[in-house]
Amino acid sequence: MVDVAAQEKKPAQIAKSNDWLKFIQANIRDYVLLIALLAIMIFFQFTTNGTLFMPVNMTNIILQNSYIVIMALGMLLIIVAGHIDLSVGSVSGFIGAMSAVLIVQMKLDPLLSAVACIGLGGLIGASQGYFVAYHKIPAFIVTLAGMLIYKGLALAVLGGASVGPFPKEFQLLSSGYVPDLFAFSIGDKPFNLLAMLIGIAVTGLLIWGNLKERANQKKHDLAEEPEAIFWGRNLLIAAGFLGFTYLMASYKGLPNVLIVMFALIALFMFMTTSTTFGRRVYALGGNLKAAKLSGINTERMNFWIFTIMGMLSGLAGLIFAARLNVATPKAGLGFELDVIAACFIGGAATTGGVGKVIGAVIGAFIMGVMNNGMSIMGIGIDWQQVIKGAVLLLAVFMDNYYKQKQG
Amino acid sequence: MQPILEMQNITKTFPGVNALENVNLTVMPGEIHGVVGENGAGKSTLMMVLSGVYPHGSYSGDIVFEGKPRAFHTITDSEDVGIIIIHQELALVPLLSIAENIFLGHETGRFGVIDWFEAYARSKELLAKVGLHENPNTLIESLGTGKQQLVEIAKALGKKVKLLILDEPTSSLNERDSDALLTLLSEFRGHGIASILITHKLGEVLKVADHITVLRDGSTVGTFDCRASKVNEDLLIKAMVGRELTDRYPARNATIGEPIFEVKNWNVFHPQHQDRKAIKEVSLNVRAGEVVGIAGLMGSGRTELAMSLFGRSWGQRITGEVFIHGKKADVSSIPNAMAAGFAYATEDRKTYGLILIDHIKHNITLANLGAVSKRMVINDIEEIAAANKYRKEIGIRSSNIYQVTNNLSGGNQQKVVLSKWLFAGPDVLILDEPTRGIDVGAKYEIHSIINTLAEAGKAIIVISSEMPELLGITDRVYVMNEGSIVAEMPAQEASQEKIMRAIMNSWEH
Repeated sequence: MVDVAAQEKKPAQIAKSNDWLKFIQANIRDYVLLIALLAIMIFFQFTTNGTLFMPVNMTNIILQNSYIVIMALGMLLIIVAGHIDLSVGSVSGFIGAMSAVLIVQMKLDPLLSAVACIGLGGLIGASQGYFVAYHKIPAFIVTLAGMLIYKGLALAVLGGASVGPFPKEFQLLSSGYVPDLFAFSIGDKPFNLLAMLIGIAVTGLLIWGNLKERANQKKHDLAEEPEAIFWGRNLLIAAGFLGFTYLMASYKGLPNVLIVMFALIALFMFMTTSTTFGRRVYALGGNLKAAKLSGINTERMNFWIFTIMGMLSGLAGLIFAARLNVATPKAGLGFELDVIAACFIGGAATTGGVGKVIGAVIGAFIMGVMNNGMSIMGIGIDWQQVIKGAVLLLAVFMDNYYKQKQG
Repeated sequence: MQPILEMQNITKTFPGVNALENVNLTVMPGEIHGVVGENGAGKSTLMMVLSGVYPHGSYSGDIVFEGKPRAFHTITDSEDVGIIIIHQELALVPLLSIAENIFLGHETGRFGVIDWFEAYARSKELLAKVGLHENPNTLIESLGTGKQQLVEIAKALGKKVKLLILDEPTSSLNERDSDALLTLLSEFRGHGIASILITHKLGEVLKVADHITVLRDGSTVGTFDCRASKVNEDLLIKAMVGRELTDRYPARNATIGEPIFEVKNWNVFHPQHQDRKAIKEVSLNVRAGEVVGIAGLMGSGRTELAMSLFGRSWGQRITGEVFIHGKKADVSSIPNAMAAGFAYATEDRKTYGLILIDHIKHNITLANLGAVSKRMVINDIEEIAAANKYRKEIGIRSSNIYQVTNNLSGGNQQKVVLSKWLFAGPDVLILDEPTRGIDVGAKYEIHSIINTLAEAGKAIIVISSEMPELLGITDRVYVMNEGSIVAEMPAQEASQEKIMRAIMNSWEH
């Protein structure tokens, strides 16, 4: 038999004969999100007369959105697996309330209490996962019930009142910064050198990782991205990271919560792209029956996905309570909408099997920057919601449009 | 007398295949016209052309109904002139009542408000005509299959049917219900309603039909007049399978060893119908290096048998034993079955075989991710190497391993499914319709792969509806019908006639 495959052009040759435009066109969905976030930021930079990119405001955006980003990581897994979780707002509110009961009212050790709270979040997630995975009740129903149950429980444990304030150690979770080891300043302004050094190190690591991957691709003749675009992309990443840490460093440095958030983002990116667990989540979301027939224990996978979501909701609840320095029955109200919206803006598909961690993170920040920018501009909460809704619809519409065009 | 229906020189092509080639079918008013042929002979395609599922323009040839040429674009067009088709899979809504189902889509009443009194009264009339004595308010789900079939026919009568097409109407009926149905069709003759009866059961069609048209490989072999001449099963079987073995198959030279896969007294009940036994007392064995075929008609239980064996992925209340390498194997779940060295490559690659939105690499390694990972972390380089190896060895035609499987041709998709299971490294492999819907060249390649596997000492079961293929690539053939194994023969002694006869005989007893 004639080996037709051998006669075909090698991918590298195809890539070379293509111009950049073609590559960008084929991968536009990956870039369009980042471009959108940048465009939105630049837009608000002008409309807020330069407030948006001020170090204090950038720090604020991180603090305001950290809990949404953290929950979006878990929600992405859930959506990729073909489910939805409506209870995350209520669960985070309930865990925040529980933390206040344990730490403020019962005066238990904050660290131990925090761990216990995250564990409780995991248990709540596991209980929901149990019904979804082993009793085949649609996640929509299970988590709708959870949304009501934990909203009610939060009210009950707090007795309808706000409980606070938290001790200093606990507040550090949200309002603390990585301490500076150097007393350094630019002019008369203090500058957090440690933060900057961490930023440089992380940037270096990222670029190094990309280079390694690139070398690996080349070795196997799979490098499709044109050289110039590869370097341009890395230059942008470096500039973005360094610029961002510079802004952070010239205010108070890196917030603790930012470290937690970045660590989790890195963990989830690794999990979704490089572990068997992540691979199987995409497989069962892409074709449940085929995944099952390939020997994947889909029930157990679904169970763990919801457990992870519960733990993340718990952590988010703690961060939110620490940030407000009080647990209120209203905490967590409507968070699920922002979290779900972040995933869909980030390109996840309602049908499952499609979605990237980085997309959900960018999606969360698109929502976050819009909230922040519109608030600074003085747009009322009424119109803010209208505009956010329109952006969500537009994002998903464009995603579908490109999909059809490529399909 | 003027024929009620004339289909002239109907040709219908799908990409790469001629599904129908110059097929002619003439039906006289008030007659029962049998249409018989092997799986894939084109019976269903022909009926889909007739009923407008394949719209006018997607085929060539003419349809003349009641003396006028017709161009149906949808099913509604054909129903409007009185051609009603009743599919093998009944199209009734289980949770609605008989009356609601009969008038579904053309409800009685005005301005969208249903006149339930009229619907009820007319349902009663129609049910009387088909001899079904049930309250029209009864829910469909509480009726047995035989009665549901009658509701379908009542529904057709409600639409003023002139030509009734029944696709395998008795395949899921017991003998008494089958007889009642055939008697009913004979009664329709008196009312001037013609019927086309598509069936595998030659005995039945010979009992009631006035004419029988035989199709083979998408062409008309001939039409037999059952009243004028003596038509018997022999004649029909010859006409159905009388094809020369023109297909070529790769040479086989595997050494056959000890039995490494044995199934004993396997019984399975239908997943939805608790008391319907779908697989009955099946015992079989496969030796190392042997390719064993399972022949049978559609619905004979071959896929159900294979899936119930593979980690109980079909059916309930399963009993029986499986031995692999002489030891009793635990096949109670898919992971367990795979751990025991067992694999099943599905007949329906799009629904059960592939993650269509994902690329070749991810699909190939899916069933054995552990082999390319350490403590849950996937080793990229090993995974790429594995995918490339199979892409080359199996000959998957794609620009690279990152091509999304949805965009591959059927043959290449099948090769990806095969690669996935080869990568899992099984000793026993069931291939369900491994060459369905793929072109001749790819078929030959897949046959070669099967030979290579046999030469490596694997035990292979091939389920195929193409009998020449089964005879060409297997060492031994089991024949299945209605959930039982009804015959076993070495491939050299087997022939299409013999297999057909085994199936037909099993019905008579």
